[in-house]
Amino acid sequence: MRGVRNGARLYTVDPRRSESAKWADIWLGIDVGSDIALANGMARVIIERGLQHRDFIANATTSFDDYAAKVGEYPLDRVEEITGIPSDVIEEMAVSYASAGMAQIVWTLGITEHHNATDNVLALINLALLTGHVGRYGSGLVPLRGQNNVQGGGDMGAIPNKLPGFQDVEDDDLRARAERIWNHTIPPKRGWHLTQMFEAMAAGKLRGLYVIGENPAESEADVVHARQALEGLDFMVVQDIFLTRTAQMADVVLPAAADWCESEGTVTSSERRVQRVRKALEPPGEARPDVDIIGMLARGMGADWGQPTPEDAWNELRLVSPMHAGMSYQRLEELGGIQWPCYDENHPGELFIHGRLWKQPLESPPAPFIAVDWVPPVDRLTNDFPYRMTTGRHLDGFNTGVQSAGYDSPIRTGGTIDISPEDADRLAIHDGDLVKVSSRRGTIEVPARRDLALRSGLVFMSVHYGEDADVNQLTIDTWDPKSGTAEFKATAVQLQKV
Amino acid sequence: MISLTIDGQTVVSPEGATLLEACRSIGKDQPTLCYLETLAPVNVCRVCVVEVEGSRTLVPSCSRKVEPGMKVQTESERVRHSRKVVFELLASSVDLSLVDDSVQEWMTNYQVDPGRFGDLAPLVDDRDERHAGHHYENTGTHAETVFQPVKVDNSLYVRDYSRCILCYKCVEACGDDAQNTFAIAVAGRGFDARISTEFDVALPQGACVFCGNCIGVCPTGALMFRSEHELRASDLWHEEEQTVTRTVCSYCGVGCNLELHVQDNRIVKVTSPIDHSVTSGHLCIKGRFGYEYVQQLGDLATTPIDDVLRRAREAGTV
Repeated sequence: MRGVRNGARLYTVDPRRSESAKWADIWLGIDVGSDIALANGMARVIIERGLQHRDFIANATTSFDDYAAKVGEYPLDRVEEITGIPSDVIEEMAVSYASAGMAQIVWTLGITEHHNATDNVLALINLALLTGHVGRYGSGLVPLRGQNNVQGGGDMGAIPNKLPGFQDVEDDDLRARAERIWNHTIPPKRGWHLTQMFEAMAAGKLRGLYVIGENPAESEADVVHARQALEGLDFMVVQDIFLTRTAQMADVVLPAAADWCESEGTVTSSERRVQRVRKALEPPGEARPDVDIIGMLARGMGADWGQPTPEDAWNELRLVSPMHAGMSYQRLEELGGIQWPCYDENHPGELFIHGRLWKQPLESPPAPFIAVDWVPPVDRLTNDFPYRMTTGRHLDGFNTGVQSAGYDSPIRTGGTIDISPEDADRLAIHDGDLVKVSSRRGTIEVPARRDLALRSGLVFMSVHYGEDADVNQLTIDTWDPKSGTAEFKATAVQLQKV
Repeated sequence: MISLTIDGQTVVSPEGATLLEACRSIGKDQPTLCYLETLAPVNVCRVCVVEVEGSRTLVPSCSRKVEPGMKVQTESERVRHSRKVVFELLASSVDLSLVDDSVQEWMTNYQVDPGRFGDLAPLVDDRDERHAGHHYENTGTHAETVFQPVKVDNSLYVRDYSRCILCYKCVEACGDDAQNTFAIAVAGRGFDARISTEFDVALPQGACVFCGNCIGVCPTGALMFRSEHELRASDLWHEEEQTVTRTVCSYCGVGCNLELHVQDNRIVKVTSPIDHSVTSGHLCIKGRFGYEYVQQLGDLATTPIDDVLRRAREAGTV
C-alpha cells in the first residue's frame, strides 16, 4: 500500500474483487484458469509494439523465437474470449508493464493451485524475461508464500528432488559432497512428491507414512479418496501439535511442541529472509520439540546423534548448504534476519536474486523462454455443473483451521458458499439459506452468503471449516505433473437450494 | 548537511531531518505524545514544541525541518510553560495512569500540577451517546473530563476512551499510515472531539478488520487487549513477572516479528517491534490475536515416545 500511495500503478488480476482489487488502478476480473492466455496475449502485444527488452533477451535468454511464435497464437480477441477481460484493458496492462522502469509480478495460489500450475508460473516468468523485469532492484517475480516456513521447508531439502540449499539430489557431485559431510549414503534418485505418494498408497505400493505437521485428511483435494488411501496404510505416525483429523487416523501420535513459541529454530519468509523463532512457553504435557523427537527416533533405530540443539542442527545445515553458510545464529540475531544467499560471514545477504542475468558477457547459463499453451481447467463447466467454484482463505482464517479456530474472531463468517447477487437472485437464495453444492465427486450442504465481490457464474468457498463445510469433498484431485499441486482453484459445481 | 544551533550548541543535520531528530542526535530528547517514527506527524499534541528565533509561534519539533542557521531553544521559559500547560490540561481531563514512565518523567520535569483546575468532574453519562455538539457547561468548580464507560463490544480488544488524549495515532495506523482500513476517525469538535467509528457503531459492525495496529501505537492504554483489560480488572496483570520473547508469526509467509508477552506460561499480549524492517510493528488479526491455539489445551492425545518405541520394538517394526 505504501507503493500505491507513492504512485505505483496496481493491476489486480483476480476472479474475485478482492481487497487488493479495491485499491487497484484496474481490476481484471479474469475467468478462473485462463491466466496463460492472459500472459501470452500480453506478450503478443508487447512484441507487436516492439516494447520487449531486446538487449536483455539477446544477452541473457534463449528460445525467444519459439516463444514469439507461440504467443503469436494469442491475438487479443481470442484472449478476451478465453479470459473474459476486455482487450483494451489487457493491452493497457501489457504496455504499462513493459514500459515501466520497474515492475513486479506478484502471485500466490491462484496461479499455483491448478493442474497446469508450473505452466502458469512459466507464462509469468516469460513476461519478466521479455521485458527485463527480473534480477534488478525494484523489478522481479514475487511468489507470496502462504505459510511462515514453506520457503524454509524447501530450502532445507524437505522436497523430493533437492538436498538442502536447492542442490539437485540427482547431481552426483553435489550428492557426493553431502554424503561426505554426513558420512552416509543418499539415495541417488528423487523421491515421490505428496500427490505421487497418495497414488502409491492407493496402488498399495506405499504402506507406511510418517506425517509431520500436516493434515492431509482434510487438506487434500478429493478428500474422501485421500482418506481411503490413508486408511489403507499398514502403519501411520503423525507428529503434530494437534490431534488433527489425520492424527485421529494414526497408529501412533507423537505430540510436538509448537515450533514458533515452544522451541527454538529458524523460519524463512517469502522474501528468503531467515529469521529466528524462539521459545516463549513451556510445551504442554509430553509434547517435545521436533528436533528432540527426531533425535529420539534415530536413537531408537540405532543411530545415536547425541542431543543436538536446534543451533547444532542449523550449523550442520550451514555446512551442507552453501547459500546458508554465512548465517550464524549470532548474525541472524544482530541483523534481524538475513535473505539468502549468504555465502560467508561477511556477506550481508541479497535483497534480490537473478542479478547474474545482467552480467555482460553472461558468466552463467542463460534463462530459457519456455513457451506454454493455455488449456482449460480439467473440471469442465456443463449444464449439470454450470458454476465455477474457487477456494481460498479468509483474512482471519488459516488453512484447515486447526490453528485459526482457536481464537474468537469478530469477523469470522464460518463456512459458507459465497454466491454473486445475480446468481443468488436467480436461484432465490438468501443469506443463510442452506444450499446443496454438488460436484462430480461429492455433495455437501452449506449456508449461502451473497458476496458483491463475485461475478455471475463464480462461487467461492473458504478452506477453513472442514467440519461444517468440507469443501475438499468437492474439489478435484487432478494435479500438476511437475509440482504435484492439485487444482483446488477450479471445480465445476451445481447449486440447489435445500 | 545543514548547520544550526540548539540551546547554543552547533548541530549538523542531514537535509530533510526534523528538529526532533536533530535534538536527539545530540542527546536532547524532546517529549512527544502524538509522534511515532512509523507514522506521519499530525502535530496535535503540542508537547514537542520548541522556540525558533524569529518565529512568532512555537513550532512542533517532530515535523519542522531543519534550516540553515536556525537558532532553537528547547528549554526556554516559553517552551517550558507551554509544555507544562499542555500536560496539565491533559492530566486534568484524561486518565493518564497507564502512560509509560517517560511521560511521567516529563510531567515531573515540567512541574505539572493538574489539580490546579479543580477536582475531576464526576462521570455523568456516556459522552458518545450525547447529541452531537452537546456538552455540559462547566460550573467552574471542577475540571471537565473525557471520562466515559469502557467500550467492550468484541472478543479481542476494548476501548477505554477515558484514557484517550486524542493523539490520532490509532487513526493514522488504521488509515493512511499502515492498515488503510479507515474504521475510526475523529468525531466532534473542540472538547467534544473523540475517536469514533461511523455513527459510534460497535466495532464488529464497522469496517474494523481487528488487526490491532491501533493498540500497537496507543500510548495511554486507551486501546487494550481484552485479555490485558480483564487481567487488570481482576488484579491479575503482573507486568513485572512477564517475559517478552521475540519470535516470528506462525501463519503466513510475510515473516512479521512478534513479541510474546508471557505470564504464568500463557501469552497475555502480542506486540511487534516498530524498528523491524519487515512490517514496522504492524500485524494482522492472526498475528496479533491468533495465538490461543497453543494454550487451549483440551484432551490432547499425548503418547510417551519411549512407549511408542517400546511398542514398535515389540511389534518388530524397528
